[in-house]
Amino acid sequence: MSDLVINDVSMIFETPNGEQVHALENVSFSLKQGELLSILGPSGCGKSTLLNIIAGFLAPTHGKVELASTEIHGPGSERGMVFQQGALFEWLTVAENIGFGLSMKGTPPSEIKQTVDHLLETVGLHDFGEKATYELSGGMQQRVALARCLANDPDVILMDEPLGALDALTREKMQGLVLKLWKETGKTIILITHSVEEALFLGERLFVMAPRPGRIKQEYALPFAEAGVTKDPREIKADPAFGAKREEILNMIWEMEEEIMGQTETAGV
Amino acid sequence: MSLIQTFKYTIGLQKDGLTKRKTVTFGDTSAVGKGRFWSIISVITLSMAWYLGSALELVNPIFWPSPSAVWDQFINISQNGYRNFTLWEHIWASLYRIFVGFALGCLIGIPLGFAMGLSEILRGWFDPIVEFFRPIPPLAFIPLVIIWSGIGERSKILLLFFAALWIMVIAARAGVSSVKLSKIHAAYSLGANKRQILKRVILPNALPEIFTGMRVAMGICWGTVVAAELVAAESGVGFMIMAASKFLATDIVVLGVIIVGIIGYSMDILMRKLEAKLIPWKGKA
Ligand SMILES: Nc1ncnc2c1ncn2[C@@H]1O[C@H](COP(=O)(O)OP(=O)(O)OP(=O)(O)O)[C@@H](O)[C@H]1O
Ligand SMILES: [Mg+2]
Repeated sequence: MSDLVINDVSMIFETPNGEQVHALENVSFSLKQGELLSILGPSGCGKSTLLNIIAGFLAPTHGKVELASTEIHGPGSERGMVFQQGALFEWLTVAENIGFGLSMKGTPPSEIKQTVDHLLETVGLHDFGEKATYELSGGMQQRVALARCLANDPDVILMDEPLGALDALTREKMQGLVLKLWKETGKTIILITHSVEEALFLGERLFVMAPRPGRIKQEYALPFAEAGVTKDPREIKADPAFGAKREEILNMIWEMEEEIMGQTETAGV
Repeated sequence: MSLIQTFKYTIGLQKDGLTKRKTVTFGDTSAVGKGRFWSIISVITLSMAWYLGSALELVNPIFWPSPSAVWDQFINISQNGYRNFTLWEHIWASLYRIFVGFALGCLIGIPLGFAMGLSEILRGWFDPIVEFFRPIPPLAFIPLVIIWSGIGERSKILLLFFAALWIMVIAARAGVSSVKLSKIHAAYSLGANKRQILKRVILPNALPEIFTGMRVAMGICWGTVVAAELVAAESGVGFMIMAASKFLATDIVVLGVIIVGIIGYSMDILMRKLEAKLIPWKGKA
């Protein structure tokens, strides 16, 4: 099985004036194939850094990442990325964007077309294949980004605030889509978000990270994602259990933020 | 909309619904239309002034010829030619120099700009050279190129190549640098290799900036070729102007100036049309 193992990963950035930023310190966890993990945390706690290390864009200063028992040394098509926005290729049509990965591999056009058509259907964009990406709304663009990632049939999908730039309603719909795709495809998904609600809803597991040094402060196992596959999302979010967890996590993050503010204030004095 | 309304709208005499309702228009640049109606009035007025001015003999034709004199010269030169070359040969001579010099400038400038955008060593190596030559007006090299290769075609082409080169290097480099890291990362994660990244991401991403550079370079080249022909040439629109001025043939001089203006303007329109056709995504991402 294609398990993802993050083994004692640390990342220290050195600034030009010799300062060291401990973006990550001794982060370890493993994800089984098909697990859905969401990551929350205050700004600057190393979420993107962690994702970039797993994607293979950054090499950690210590530790290693393994997928299916193979150590990761660079980017690869078995780990797909979905970015916040603006990572689509505006010189290509929607269909060409989705087929990009396959055409890089030299897949025959007829086969690409088949996959693309199927994916357009899956993300609810069947009539939009020939459109230009900039003609689509933000939500539609993120659907294309999801489809483009899925076309390559990766083992792991990494998402860095994929819904961050969307309005609340579109965002809810997209959360439903992510959940649906997760269930249908059985992919391992790591999703970074700033929304506590989203993290609760889109995580079987949820990490709350803390900054300086960046680390996993608290881990949760949550039932909401599994329930969301069959039940109405609104219903789940209205559930008292959901509300209680949200309060708990909000408080924790609030305290962390207070602490950071306090630190900088005393540092300033 | 009725035909008359459509017409009024096209020439800018009819505001659109929103603009009509705006109470604040001074400073709101989107409320400032193209003013096509006033362009038409302006052209007509200036032409009339020219016509009347010369009909009433307000200006000595040595200083400024009458429209009919310019027109007659146009007919005359296009039929009989001027100084061993027909009018079309003069125009073609200028255009040919531009196209060759400009094309060479693109051919070398664009890859060089790409290399500078992608490699630290090449950027460092060429940066002082580019930054040194860029601000020098190409015309300053006329004496040099004449010493190197006389007043024939080669000197003009060399000069235009020089004029286009730096602009294209800088445009291509800026185009490469403008690529968003998330696009590059996305492409690598989709399994692209370096060559594919260059061809399928960096190159198309840089096209809008390259095209802007080409338009600027085209304009500079046109100005440079005319000026270069004023100094040293045996054919070309600039040469025509210069030769005529020595005989105080102001009508030919003005004819030449008008031709220069019309061609320069047409080339820019052509480039803009091409741009809209080839790079529809420009400014949309
Ligand atoms: N290239 C870099 N050089 C130096 N420091 C860096 C670099 N990249 C990130 N950092 C630092 O590492 C820490 C973690 O950054 P990271 O981008 O991973 O945070 P994040 O949790 O994704 O924040 P956000 O929620 O704002 O996206 C921050 O303090 C940041 O300043
Ligand atoms: Mg981040």
